[in-house]
Order: sequence, then structure tokens, then C-alpha cells
Amino acid sequence: MNQPDSGPAPVLALTDISKSFGAVRALQDVSLHLYPGEAHALAGENGAGKSTLIKTLAGVHRPDAGQVLLDGEPVVFNGPADARDAGIAVIYQEPTLFPDLSIAENIFMGRQPRTSLGRIDRRAVHGATAALMTRLGVDLDPERLARGLSIADQQIVEIAKALSFDARVLIMDEPTAALTGSETARLFSVVRTLREGGAAVLFISHRLEEIFELCQRVTTLRDGRWVASELLGGLTEDDLVRRMVGRDLDELYPKQATTVGGTALSVRRLTREGVFRDVSFEVREGEIVALAGLVGAGRSEVVQAVFGVDKADAGEVHVGGERLRAGSPTAAMAAGVALVPEDRRQRGLVMEASIERNIGLTGLDRLGSGGLVRRALERGRATDWAVKLQLKYNRLSDAVGVLSGGNQQKVVLAKWLATDPAVLIVDEPTRGIDVGTKAEVHRLLSSLAAEGLAVLMVSSDLPEVLGMADRVLVMHEGRLVAELPRAEATEETVMAAATGRLAGEGAAA
Amino acid sequence: MNTLAKYLRWDTVVGVLLIAVFLAGSGTTEGFADTANLSAALNDTAEIALIALPMTLLVVAGQVDLSVASMLGLSSALAGSLWEAGWSFELIVPICLLVGALGGLLNGWLVTRVGLPSLAVTIGTLTLYRGLASVVLGDKAIADFPEAYAQWATYTQTVPGTFVPYPIALFAVLAVVTAVVLHCTAFGRSLYAIGAQEDAAYFAGIRVKRLKLVLFVLAGFVASFAGIVYTLRYGSARADNGLGLELVVIASVLLGGVDFDGGKGTLGGAVAGVLLIGLLNNLLTLNDVSNEIQVIVTGLLLVASVLTPRVVTSVSERRQRRAATAAPATA
Repeated sequence: MNQPDSGPAPVLALTDISKSFGAVRALQDVSLHLYPGEAHALAGENGAGKSTLIKTLAGVHRPDAGQVLLDGEPVVFNGPADARDAGIAVIYQEPTLFPDLSIAENIFMGRQPRTSLGRIDRRAVHGATAALMTRLGVDLDPERLARGLSIADQQIVEIAKALSFDARVLIMDEPTAALTGSETARLFSVVRTLREGGAAVLFISHRLEEIFELCQRVTTLRDGRWVASELLGGLTEDDLVRRMVGRDLDELYPKQATTVGGTALSVRRLTREGVFRDVSFEVREGEIVALAGLVGAGRSEVVQAVFGVDKADAGEVHVGGERLRAGSPTAAMAAGVALVPEDRRQRGLVMEASIERNIGLTGLDRLGSGGLVRRALERGRATDWAVKLQLKYNRLSDAVGVLSGGNQQKVVLAKWLATDPAVLIVDEPTRGIDVGTKAEVHRLLSSLAAEGLAVLMVSSDLPEVLGMADRVLVMHEGRLVAELPRAEATEETVMAAATGRLAGEGAAA
Repeated sequence: MNTLAKYLRWDTVVGVLLIAVFLAGSGTTEGFADTANLSAALNDTAEIALIALPMTLLVVAGQVDLSVASMLGLSSALAGSLWEAGWSFELIVPICLLVGALGGLLNGWLVTRVGLPSLAVTIGTLTLYRGLASVVLGDKAIADFPEAYAQWATYTQTVPGTFVPYPIALFAVLAVVTAVVLHCTAFGRSLYAIGAQEDAAYFAGIRVKRLKLVLFVLAGFVASFAGIVYTLRYGSARADNGLGLELVVIASVLLGGVDFDGGKGTLGGAVAGVLLIGLLNNLLTLNDVSNEIQVIVTGLLLVASVLTPRVVTSVSERRQRRAATAAPATA
């Protein structure tokens, strides 16, 4: 697995690293070479070992076997502080800043320059921060409090912090997962600046197009093993997917033909002041309707009002002809509505509770009689759905928190499908989950629709919207601005509507 | 490798400690294991034990009620005042219970409708209810309650054939009911979900607010009942009855392994916590240990109960890591 390379020597390298947790082999003989001035992508499905690899580089995990080489010399990191001192900085998906301190204070936390009297030299802190921001080419006020910064801005602060440590290696763990298009573009320009300054960058993303846009080299992992390290130049996205999943993905969007039935969900003039206004649409049996739009257009808010977790100020929701009581998820569930929320960790699952308890949570009244819960029924329900959705787990009594993102999402789907819904609402159903599971979720939604379920899908993933939906509704700034049948929905028409460039309504269905 | 942490569940540890204290007490202290003493020791925990039941439900759901001891005092003061005014005791009891439920309703309403944290709300009503108790009864002490009821509450009268006094027998029945509710019903499952992740519970269609409201009403109701028991047991109704008792109740529940952050713990653990503190205090009293020292012992136990599970976890993790580095090739 040695890499013959005639270029510059790697600044940081892992050679034949192995790491196990109990019986689980997270990494096996994995090698990785990071070169100065190069952005290196780490590709692989969830559970392929990417996180473990990063944590090994960051000094959180110590490898069971193999070496970490810094400038060719073997080093042992006893903790994150060692790695940081060696010039390795990690930017996580959701940075953790002190909300009540300013940007400058966050960057120099614990090592503020002092005046001769031993007090913190505010002016020096401010000046140094401003200089860092200039170097990164971004416009952020050093005195601003971290509270209220967007995730994108928080990441910039973390990068500035890394720069202030003279980091030579920057590891970015899915930094773009929660960013908008323009934020991603700014992040990439910052990364390019750093790279041109000679830093080595390790970049992780589930979005293949981002990997191709930003990186020069890619290392692919599968099931904890090294698959390939190669230049991205000669590769296609399909090549990369094949390396990640170890097989050809016949179809990432396996859309089945369905017969559309009667109206299952009808939303009439739904309004929440200041959030969305006058939203009307229908979803029929057997149909997948996508709700597209930019982040912040009010899509999640609409479906939350439909399900009743938020209360609409005006308008009506009808399910199967019956009007739903506003602001009552319990009533919505009784009428056969299910909502798989966007925020899996906070709203979709009780993370510390077990798989079976999570799946049982939506059907407590059906797991026994007289208010009692029979464990056998609870377990049976969980077992059934774990099998149906091909959940990968150790024991049903394990906390869902130990599962990979894709498998967690399957548990959320299971807990809602177990309620036997007539209308399934999914909010960003495949965000942050790996390619393989993504295809499984798509296949599942497609076959459910074929069985007559009405599916309403909020998604920011345009290929997903175009690949899966029978009809596309587009929202812009709290209003429904277009309704496009499958044949007319293209990247151009959807984006035009989502950005408000399309005046008036699209073709009515 | 994690077997140590797995088998050392804290509520089991408290159960073992309870047995150890009992055996140690029987061996070293004369009179400790006498049925009369055990009856007295148990009965001394009656109010704490009773209130600990709804308190456990509250803490599992991530809530707390600090006003319970004040409600006990209010109930006691009200009972005394009405008795003095010549009301029949059979009428006084339901009135006190109603007042308790209403007090709980106020707590619950402030938490669920106004959206204040339960800690803040019940610190307020702790003062409010104690203040009302003083308004109702002033600094008087009312005695001479009907003999039949007073007898029911003392430790000298026990369930025939056992050394269990009636208030404790009632507690035992209620504890079983509460355990079934917490561990085997949809209601109980929902409480764990609310305590662990309230948003997720709400998104799963659980009526979070309604359940919380029920819990607070229950706590007020049981606290006012405990006020009656207290009044009868000591034969004296006073506005400052049970002052500070809320902290002993919460300490017992936490000692029993119920996580203050919500979502974790068992009713058995909480009951073991109550009995452990009760028995330990009795044992120390028999050995002429001063009240101050008893409080210190309780405090140390509580700190230990919070610390020990974490220490066990980190020790087993470290051992795991060492084993992994020592034998790298045997994967």
C-alpha cells in the first residue's frame, strides 16, 4: 500500500493504521498521505471509518497498529493538544464556540496577549484577529459575539483559530453539510487561499461534486479498509461511487411508476405570520411530491404546521377528507400523518434510548392494552421494521446514538412507517447519510408510493428532487411560487423559481 | 470489557448498600434489628417515601418540584386550622387534598403554559405555599386530633402479623403501582422520552405539556396527603412542619440513581435510596451520632452517588484502552 510519489514529501502521513473498538474493526491497514498545498478528499460511506481516521489524526484515538508520521518522523499523539501543537487543526461540522465571547476572544481563548501589567491586551487581540480575517479574505467584525453567527461564519472563526496556531494541516469534517451554496463557495475560496499558502487540507463531504470542485487527490475507504488513493483528475463521479460502495449503483433514484389515486392530503391557504403565507397544495395517493426551495424559504415550517408541531395562524389541513385540528401532532398522527423531521438528533430520535424504544414511541397505545406496554410487542415491532429496512445493528436494546447516521435515519423511518400512515412527510430524508443508504431510502420511498402512500418530501438535494418527485412544488420566501410536473422539472426551472426569478405560477397540475 | 459498568448499575449498588447497612446495624448496634425499632425507622421516612414517588416521575421527565415540603406544611396548617374551627376530620382530608392538587396545578400551569423552568417556578411556590401556611395558622400549634386517625399513623400500630406501620404499608402499595406505571405503561415510556429528549417526544406525538401537568398535580396531591400523615404522626399541626424536607426527598431520589438531567433511573432505585437514608439516620441516631453528622453523611452519600457511576465508566474505559494498546496484533 505504499505510494510511490515523486512530488514533495508528505507533511502528515498515516501508514498501515489499524484501530478496533471491542470487536469492531474500525480501521484496518489504512494509509493516507497529505501533501502541502494540496486538498485531499476522504471518501467513503458512513461507517467506512472516516471519523475514526480523523480522530486518529486529531490525537483523539491512538492507533492499535501503524504509525503517524509528521514530516516523515513517527510521532505519538497523546491527546488533541499534542496534535494541535504539531500543527493539525480540525474543523467539525458544527463548531463549538463560546457564544457569549467575541470572535476575537474565541480565537485567542486561553492564550490572549497580555499588557505589561498582566491584563489582557484587547487591542492586540483585536488587531491579530482582524489580520487573520484579512488573510482569509472575509469580512467579520472581531468584536462581534459568537452568539448568532451562522454555522458558516462559526467555521470561518474556527479556521482563523487554526491559522493563529500556524496549522499546517487542516482537517474539515463535512463542513458544508449545513451551508448554503454561497456560504460553501466562500468556504472553498478560503480553503484555496490556505492551500496556496502551503497548507495541507483533508476534506470530507458526502457531496461528490464538492470533492471534484475542491480537491486534487482522493482516498477512498470502505468498511474500514483502504480502497484507493489517487488523483481526482482522471476520475468520474461514478468511478468514485463504485469505489465507495464496492459495486455499481444501478440506480441512485429508482423511481417506480405508480397509479395516482384520490387526494390524501389537502392544504388550503395555510399561513403562519412572518414565516409562510397562503400555501395551498394537494398530495394524492401514490404520489411523491417534492417541496423544493432555498434554505430558509419556509419549507420545513410548512410541513411542521401540517403535522401540527407548529400551529398555523390561518388555513386548513385536510387528511382523507377530514379537517385536522390545528397545532396537534397527536391529532395528525391519528389521522394517519407521519413526519420524519429534518433534525434527526434532536427531534427524530431520543438518542440515549434504545432502538426498540424509539421505534415503539410512536405506537405506545398499540403495544398492549389498558395503557400497559408489553415488551414482547415492543420488541416484535422493532424486529419487524429492522428487518424490513435492513437496519444494521448489534442489539435492539442498544442506544440509537451508537448507530451510523444512515441507520439512525432508518430507525426514524421505521418508527413512522410502523404507524401505518396514509401521508408520509419526510424532511431532508437523506441529509448527511451515505450514498448506499441514500439509494435504499429512495427505493423505500418509491415502493411505498407504489403501494399507494402519499409522500411529501422536503429536500435541498436537487438531483433527489428531480429523480424522485412526480410533482415539484417550489417555495420562495414563504410563498409557493411554482408547481412543476415531473416532465417540466429541471434544474433550471426549479432553481429559477426557488431564487424568485420566475414570476407567477408554473403549470397547474 | 464493559462488564463492570454493565453489572454495576447504580440502583443495584444502592440496594446492596441498603442490605449492607442493615446487616452492619444488626451486628453492631443493639436494638437496631428489633421490630419496634424497624417500625419506627420506617415510619420516620413515611412522608419522604410518599413524596419520593411522584418526585421520581418528575425527575425522570426532567422536571423537579421544590414546593412539596411547603405544600406539606400548608396542608398541615390547613388541617389544624379547620380542626380548630370545629370541622369534621372526614371533611378536612379531602379539602387538604384538593388544595394540594390545586397547588400542583398552579406549578404545572406555570411550567407548561407560561413556559418557565420547573426549578424556578417551584422555588417561587416553595416560598408562596409556606407563606400561605403561616397565614392560615400563624405560629400556633394545633393538637388533639381524633385518636383513631392518630393511631393509624403511629409506628406502634402495625399491619397485623408484620412490623410494618400503616403509612408504610400504604406507601408499599403505592410504590408498586408507581413502579408499574413508570416501567410498564405508555405513560411511563413517555416520561422517559420527555426527560431524555423533549423535542423528540413532542415530534412523536406525545402530549408533553399534558403529561407534565399531570405530574405536578400528582406531586401536590401526594405532598398534601403527606402533610396529613405528618400532622397525625406528630400529633401537631404547624405551619413550619416539614421545613426543608424537599431536599431530603430529592437527595433520596438522586441517591437511588435517578438522573437529575432526566430520562434515566428506576423507581426501585429511588425507593432503595429513601430506605437507605432512613435506615442510616436511624442507625446513627441509635449510636448517638449528632444530627449534624447525619446530615454530613447523607451529603457524602449523595456526592458519591453522583460520582461513582462516572468513575466506574472512566476506569473501565481506561482499562479497555490499555488492553487495546498492550495487545495490538490480536485483533
